[in-house]
Amino acid sequence: MQQASAPTVLDPEVRQVRAADGAEALALTGAWDIRALESRARSLNSQLRQLAPDPGRHWDLSGIQRLDHIGALLIWQAWGKHRPARLALAHAHEVFFSNLDSAAAAAPAAPFDPLRPVRALGAAVLLTAEHLRGIVQLFGQILIDSFALIRHPLRGPWREISASLFRVGAQALGITALVGFLIGVVLSYLSAEQLKAFGANIFIINLLGMGIIRELGPVIAAVLVAGRSGSAITAQLGVMRVTEELDALSVMGIPHTVRLILPKIVALAIAMPLLILWTSGVALIGGALSANMQLGISVHSFFIGLPAAVPTVNLWLAMGKGVVFGALIALIACHFGLRVQPNTESLGIGTTNSVVTSITAVIIADAVFAVIFSHVGISLS
Amino acid sequence: MNPVIEVQGLWTQFGDHVVHKDLNLTVMPGEVVSLVGGSGSGKTTLMRQILGLEQPTRGTVRVFGIPLQGSSAQLLHKIRKRWGVLFQEGALYSALSVFDNIALPLRELRAFDDEFIRDMVMLKLDMVDIERRHAAKMPADLSGGMIKRIALARALVLEPELVFLDEPTAGLDPDRSESFVRLIQSLHATLNLTVVMVTHDLDTLVSLSDKIAVLAEQRLIVYGTLREAISVRHPFILNFFLGERGLRALSAVGASAKLDGRH
Ligand SMILES: Nc1ncnc2c1ncn2[C@@H]1O[C@H](COP(=O)(O)OP(=O)(O)O)[C@@H](O)[C@H]1O
Ligand SMILES: [Mg+2]
Repeated sequence: MQQASAPTVLDPEVRQVRAADGAEALALTGAWDIRALESRARSLNSQLRQLAPDPGRHWDLSGIQRLDHIGALLIWQAWGKHRPARLALAHAHEVFFSNLDSAAAAAPAAPFDPLRPVRALGAAVLLTAEHLRGIVQLFGQILIDSFALIRHPLRGPWREISASLFRVGAQALGITALVGFLIGVVLSYLSAEQLKAFGANIFIINLLGMGIIRELGPVIAAVLVAGRSGSAITAQLGVMRVTEELDALSVMGIPHTVRLILPKIVALAIAMPLLILWTSGVALIGGALSANMQLGISVHSFFIGLPAAVPTVNLWLAMGKGVVFGALIALIACHFGLRVQPNTESLGIGTTNSVVTSITAVIIADAVFAVIFSHVGISLS
Repeated sequence: MNPVIEVQGLWTQFGDHVVHKDLNLTVMPGEVVSLVGGSGSGKTTLMRQILGLEQPTRGTVRVFGIPLQGSSAQLLHKIRKRWGVLFQEGALYSALSVFDNIALPLRELRAFDDEFIRDMVMLKLDMVDIERRHAAKMPADLSGGMIKRIALARALVLEPELVFLDEPTAGLDPDRSESFVRLIQSLHATLNLTVVMVTHDLDTLVSLSDKIAVLAEQRLIVYGTLREAISVRHPFILNFFLGERGLRALSAVGASAKLDGRH
């Protein structure tokens, strides 16, 4: 290596000396490469800039032992980005300065824009509209594909649907049960305190039954599935976009809406109502156990009283919500997955947006259901 | 002179599958060494072990005289600042623009101001023949060849003494790969770089390498100059160098005259 052949490599140094003709000169000595400059660049830079201003100054670089592009650029910037007229430079070091003159061309700065906040707001609105349009478009495409599927049922992606059903449904049973049970217990515990004060113990059945079956069960299950499966769907499609797998499917003439998106929507639309039933059931068990301990209502009489307190139509309403929530979550997750740009950051943003949007959409849809069906299934016996 | 890379008694095993069996390799400063071998012969694995990304089953790897196994994190960090790596797919950070990709190692040093970094990045872009207007683009918007050249600029921005190139010219058009070869040649001449590369491109191999390491049968069957390599009778070498493609590449550099007697 160079350092082995050279005697000793000295630290980089700047000195003022007198040149042969008596004029004042700046002599640079030692190693001006990255290894030496890494820790000294700042101090050397300020030293150089202090001494450099005089354009007629004589520069003696012949004493430099080692040089690389980093050192050359540092010196050249001290020169004010042009070569000084009087310069002594070792021939071997010429090459590091040879292409520096082209570096002077500065990149143009971004112009000031006073309307920026307005523009940003407009862009956000347009983006939302674009998302809405994209989701509706995707939904339309899926409907068209489904009609084609009805005519040729054998060509359907049944295998994919079954696999998705297992992933989004069966594998979610544990977490939905755990959360549902705890919510049931907590809700029952809090209500029992209030009901006891009014001596209205028996109404715990109405309260829990209506609250859980009609509202809480569907929303809790949907939020859990959005976080669990929605993010997975977006990430999967996003990675497939990054790795060009989606393009590979397209060029093989396999439409990705049929192979990838339709199975997910169908699977979630089937799994979601079932998960809701499951979550509500477990939550009711939790509530009944808690009511038994707090209010002394036996679990048996809790479930005997349930049909009278909660009309059956509420179950159908919950299942209907499930189909809509499931399809919404899948549709939104797929939409954001397909929009992922081929880079890692976009993948992260897409997944976050997908989960946030689908949870919001679920809550909005739930409110719409509440308004439309405000007269259905609510009996005051 | 001390060797830059010293691999001694290296064994690599994945389950029952032995990839390297008692492999030795020494690279001296300023050498350009090409690693060739059939697909699956363990070139990438060997390179990753020299880079410290994978642990060999047995044996030692020293880089700049420092053993990779058992050295302190501080020492390993020093090594890492002295080498540059061009990964096969470029491995540009997809969330950063071209400019930020190249500027990242410089910024990490915290020694230089913004103006310096900007000029340096522009110079590196010039060096690898990328127009400056591409500086603001994201890696996803670039072609494979551009990604490779920008990745090279990033690998070279800290003036490494040792450079690893994994398939540097694969995916480049002939014109570009020729200018790539010239670039490496000139860097080698000015900076006295040590280069280790994996390549299947015979033109690159023939015009750049000082030494060729042929990996087959779990070890280096040859480690020497091109002439030494082609004088060994081994099915892989016959196929690789003395097939039609190989002879064409060799004749381009006037090496085939020495071979005529053998055919
Ligand atoms: N992490 C790993 N686990 C198991 N086998 C591996 C692993 N990495 C590499 N291999 C095997 O080691 C062999 C050498 O691989 P590689 O170094 O990639 O070959 P090359 O780059 O020469 O084509 C191959 O047979 C590969 O299957
Ligand atoms: Mg490989």
